[in-house]
Amino acid sequence: MTRYRLAFAITGAVAMLFPVYWMVVTALSSAADMKGPGLHLWPTSIRWENLTDPLSKFPYGMWAVNSVFIAVVAVVLTVVINLMAGYAFAKLRFPGRNVLFILIISTLMVPVQVVMVPQFHLVVDFGLIGSDWGVIVPRLAEAFGLFMARQFMMAIPDELIEAAQCDGSSQWRIFRTVVLPLCRPLIAVLVIFTFMWRWNEFAWPLIVLKDPESYTLQVGLLFLKNQYGQDYGSLMAMSLLSMIPMLVVFALFQRHFVEGMARSGIK
Amino acid sequence: MATVRTRRAREALTGLAFAAPAVAVFAVFMFWPLIQVFWISLQQTRGFGIAKWVGLQNYQEILSDKIFWTALWNTALYTAISVPLCLVAGLAAALLLNKRMPARGLIRAIFYLPAVISGVSSALIGAWLFNEDIGLVNRILDVVGLGPVPWQSEGVPALLSLVAISLWIGIGFNMVVYLAALQGIPREVFEAARCDGASRWATLRRITVPQLGPTTFFLIVIGIINSFQVFDIVYVMTGGGPGNSTTMLVTYAYSAGFEQRQQGYASAIGVVLYLIVLVMTIVQWRVNKRRDVA
Repeated sequence: MTRYRLAFAITGAVAMLFPVYWMVVTALSSAADMKGPGLHLWPTSIRWENLTDPLSKFPYGMWAVNSVFIAVVAVVLTVVINLMAGYAFAKLRFPGRNVLFILIISTLMVPVQVVMVPQFHLVVDFGLIGSDWGVIVPRLAEAFGLFMARQFMMAIPDELIEAAQCDGSSQWRIFRTVVLPLCRPLIAVLVIFTFMWRWNEFAWPLIVLKDPESYTLQVGLLFLKNQYGQDYGSLMAMSLLSMIPMLVVFALFQRHFVEGMARSGIK
Repeated sequence: MATVRTRRAREALTGLAFAAPAVAVFAVFMFWPLIQVFWISLQQTRGFGIAKWVGLQNYQEILSDKIFWTALWNTALYTAISVPLCLVAGLAAALLLNKRMPARGLIRAIFYLPAVISGVSSALIGAWLFNEDIGLVNRILDVVGLGPVPWQSEGVPALLSLVAISLWIGIGFNMVVYLAALQGIPREVFEAARCDGASRWATLRRITVPQLGPTTFFLIVIGIINSFQVFDIVYVMTGGGPGNSTTMLVTYAYSAGFEQRQQGYASAIGVVLYLIVLVMTIVQWRVNKRRDVA
């Protein structure tokens, strides 16, 4: 039985991995090879032009720079905002706390597309259309991260905070020296998930960014799809390149991904 | 007494200060747009011209708009196929990988991997695998003798190719949530079943599945809400085609708002989508509440 079980599991894993494997094969093969007679499931010769050709023809480097800038700035700002708010909603009493928290959490279920037109108007009014900041700023309202931060910080014992208060520390100091050091696992999850959401985001940058030079990798990939048509070699090579940062983050912090997801599921 | 009061006042001020950045971004970029979307949905905007007040006309147009109903039907059909498949496959994977086995962690990670790949990249893989002329799926079907399937030129196969990719992306999340829930079932329940001589299949049907009920319900609701918002893979893989046979609510709203530049109409579609998601959220909330009471 155990042997069957393992066989099933490995078959499943191979099937799940196959599309990525096929990307790699395509990225290394010539178009003729992929079309030609005889079906190969492995590359028969390696064609580096799939990599070099699009890199020299299109501003792929710019797209990568834009993607990195947007993801990094968005992660830093979002995580700081969520940690501060999480602390306020978990540990500090202030008027309107519950109402505000419920209002924020209720936006969890709001599809992004419901508010895309008004958000677009705002970005136009602020003069941010076509800029990285137009992509970043509206997405700082991230309810899921705020929710996770609050849940995590509720579990921090009040005594720790009160003891620090008796020592005469300011709240800002307590937040920095007592609370944040206890929040390492939370911060890891927030950073990883926010990075993934911003790195993979497509619809919103597609709306905000107009000039091909200003595209992110995801929008750029769509642009390339329209350029290359049936020639998937270059497209798969560029798509693979764009996945590398995410794959590295996943390989390093795989446990956090799974735990964060499971936590979101149980609540 | 005075010191207590000043301390409370100070705590309130600090609390507001800590919450202020979040409250500010939510107020400007979520709450305000959520009010505005109703307002804009009552206007007619064509191109960059000045908006004209038209009352409920956009909603009337929606009612008689064939493409809207097609999009709603496609979205519902896509949801109805993809959510249950994801659920069953996720549960099967969780049951399979819940027991100890070599390389279990790695296998679990592989199942979860597609969930971290961007929608655009997943859609590009899909577009390539399901390419009608030279894609791998049709080449294999050709070798096996099942002939080429019109993945791109006919509606139903195109929708099914989207479902296949959504399955590939979604199994991992369902598996992870089910795995966590399986940990929560008390061991004694299974041991009791084994003592009573229950078969594996009976244990699964009578014990495991019912015990996972709340999790299944949660995954169904999340699955429906996510499916109703599917955009990236559809936009990149089929572009809503052929014809409008894979146009979804959200891709239709996007094209109305940002390709045809009828932002009032797009907002009206957004409001309808909002209402659908709201109803589903309320259903979930009521069911959970009833369960908590019971």
